Amino acid sequence: MASFIQLLVSGLATGAIYALIAVGFTLLWQTSQTINFAQGEFVMVPAFFILEAMYLGAPFWLAILIGIALSVLLIGLAFKLIIVDPMLKHGVLPLVISTIALSLFMKEMVKNLYSSNAQPFPALAPPIDLHFFGAVISTQSLVVLAVAISAVVALHLLLHKTRLGRSMQATAQNPTLARILGIPVRRMVLYTFLINAVLCAIASILISPIYLAKFINGETLGVAAFLAAIIGGFNQVRGAIFGGFILGILDNLSAAYLSSTYRGAFPLLILIAVIMWRPQGLLGRVEERTV
Amino acid sequence: MKRLAVIAVAVGAAFAIVVPLFLKPYGIYLSSTWAVLTIAAMGLNLTLGYAGQVSLAQGAFVGIGAYTTALLMHAGVPYPIAFIAAGLVCFSIGWVLGYPALRVQHHYLAFVTLAFTTLVFLVLRNEEWLTGGTYGLSGIPRPVLFGWSTNGPVRFYYFSLGVLTVLATGTWWMLRSPWGRAFIALRENPIRALSLGLDTRRYTLMAFAIGSSIGGLSGAVFAPLVQYIEPLSFALNLSLNLLLMVIVGGSGYFFGPFIGALVAVLLPEWLRFIEGYYLVFYAVMVMVMMAFCPTGILGLVERIVKAVSVKRSPPQPALQPEGTSP
Repeated sequence: MASFIQLLVSGLATGAIYALIAVGFTLLWQTSQTINFAQGEFVMVPAFFILEAMYLGAPFWLAILIGIALSVLLIGLAFKLIIVDPMLKHGVLPLVISTIALSLFMKEMVKNLYSSNAQPFPALAPPIDLHFFGAVISTQSLVVLAVAISAVVALHLLLHKTRLGRSMQATAQNPTLARILGIPVRRMVLYTFLINAVLCAIASILISPIYLAKFINGETLGVAAFLAAIIGGFNQVRGAIFGGFILGILDNLSAAYLSSTYRGAFPLLILIAVIMWRPQGLLGRVEERTV
Repeated sequence: MKRLAVIAVAVGAAFAIVVPLFLKPYGIYLSSTWAVLTIAAMGLNLTLGYAGQVSLAQGAFVGIGAYTTALLMHAGVPYPIAFIAAGLVCFSIGWVLGYPALRVQHHYLAFVTLAFTTLVFLVLRNEEWLTGGTYGLSGIPRPVLFGWSTNGPVRFYYFSLGVLTVLATGTWWMLRSPWGRAFIALRENPIRALSLGLDTRRYTLMAFAIGSSIGGLSGAVFAPLVQYIEPLSFALNLSLNLLLMVIVGGSGYFFGPFIGALVAVLLPEWLRFIEGYYLVFYAVMVMVMMAFCPTGILGLVERIVKAVSVKRSPPQPALQPEGTSP
């Protein structure tokens, strides 16, 4: 039982990070039909911005701010303007190919500039083990959970309680109607890209102390984000959150209780099952197909 | 336009036959790699370029084909039978993988096939009793066909070129048959195809199965080429690379995969001087191409040839639409 609680907490922590990445992923999909195959690399890279800032002498807290700012600029704004905008008129597939190429580009750049060795990354909290009913839980997991959940709650409040958020939702649901109502659709789409960049940077800060900063990290994270988004529901923010938590918990529990060599297989089997029986995702709405 | 294409193909074929004779063993090995990759990309082009089904599983099928061939040959089965078995195994698995394609489209399908590729990789890595796990399978012999040994770089190159020629001819023939037309209809407008009485269900499965079986056959050539196979060669990277090859060459063009595979094989060699940055260069090239010419290199060539010929001759009243004349 104690080990079960331990696994559950660490699963929730991983799941919270997956949820952050998946939420950004679905936001891009909803507002601009962008399927971002480089999402995992978007999470891998901010850690290196931060390491670079610290290398240049910035204290950790300042490096984090610089890292987030650079992320917003490069993987938010520049991504939108340079990669996505010229591509949208060609349809979904060329953009998918382009983001695959972008992920290759980011991976290879980091590998060439930083070597393929894993870089240690400072943690947000000192690693103290807390004991609850015999289970050992590290403060790191708790901090990850707290930060990720507050980020998600902040995003939820932004989307549902502010005028800006409701404009963004309107843009996602029906861009034509939103434009008629006087919502600056293009700017709203841009905002989702910036929000995605911030979410990716936060996820990067949370996950890098655990996995270390490594050029290859993006591959598993990107796939996890897709899986979470599809399992939970592509067109719902809460679907992505739900999917992320399911995935994190499942990953930890199945590795411990079923088979550690096939750890990676269980989420994929669930994915295939969800796609076969409930393609809109567990919490998703059915999207009408246009002829 | 058509005569130009015939000349280009003839020159390309002559190159493929003559050039390797003047290359060092490493160059000949690269040429054989090109032939293998072209076969795999040709299969994917059928699924993606003609039938319009996004698949990230082609690398997995190359792997299944290679392992099938290697295991059967180790069991003493003659190569031709192992070769055919690789194609049949991939045909049936491809057929089954086609079922999700009936339910979902585009990106969902990309993810299902991506999941499939990862699952195949896990099985190849974990089932040591069958696949040798991370150590892979070694000592795969070069086949002897009708008393003619394919051992030796040049001999094996001509063997792979021969397989490529046979499969390309078969694919060409199929694309001109009603099946090929049906695949294109599936890509262009599935609902209209259905309303015209086309059994879209069967053709979707067929597109997947045939494309996958061609991938398996390329694996059957790959295994004796490298003589040692391991799971990592068939991980997601290979599927992504094959996808990029089809797109870079020109998806939906018959010779697109030939060009795409050539670029993928030659680029790292030509760009030796920038060392690790060649993939960076490749990635930038793909992104630029997607922004300005998403139809790939052959699409670009077609556009240029058209522009030149329009300039030369005044516009004719009834222009034949390209690609519809036989």
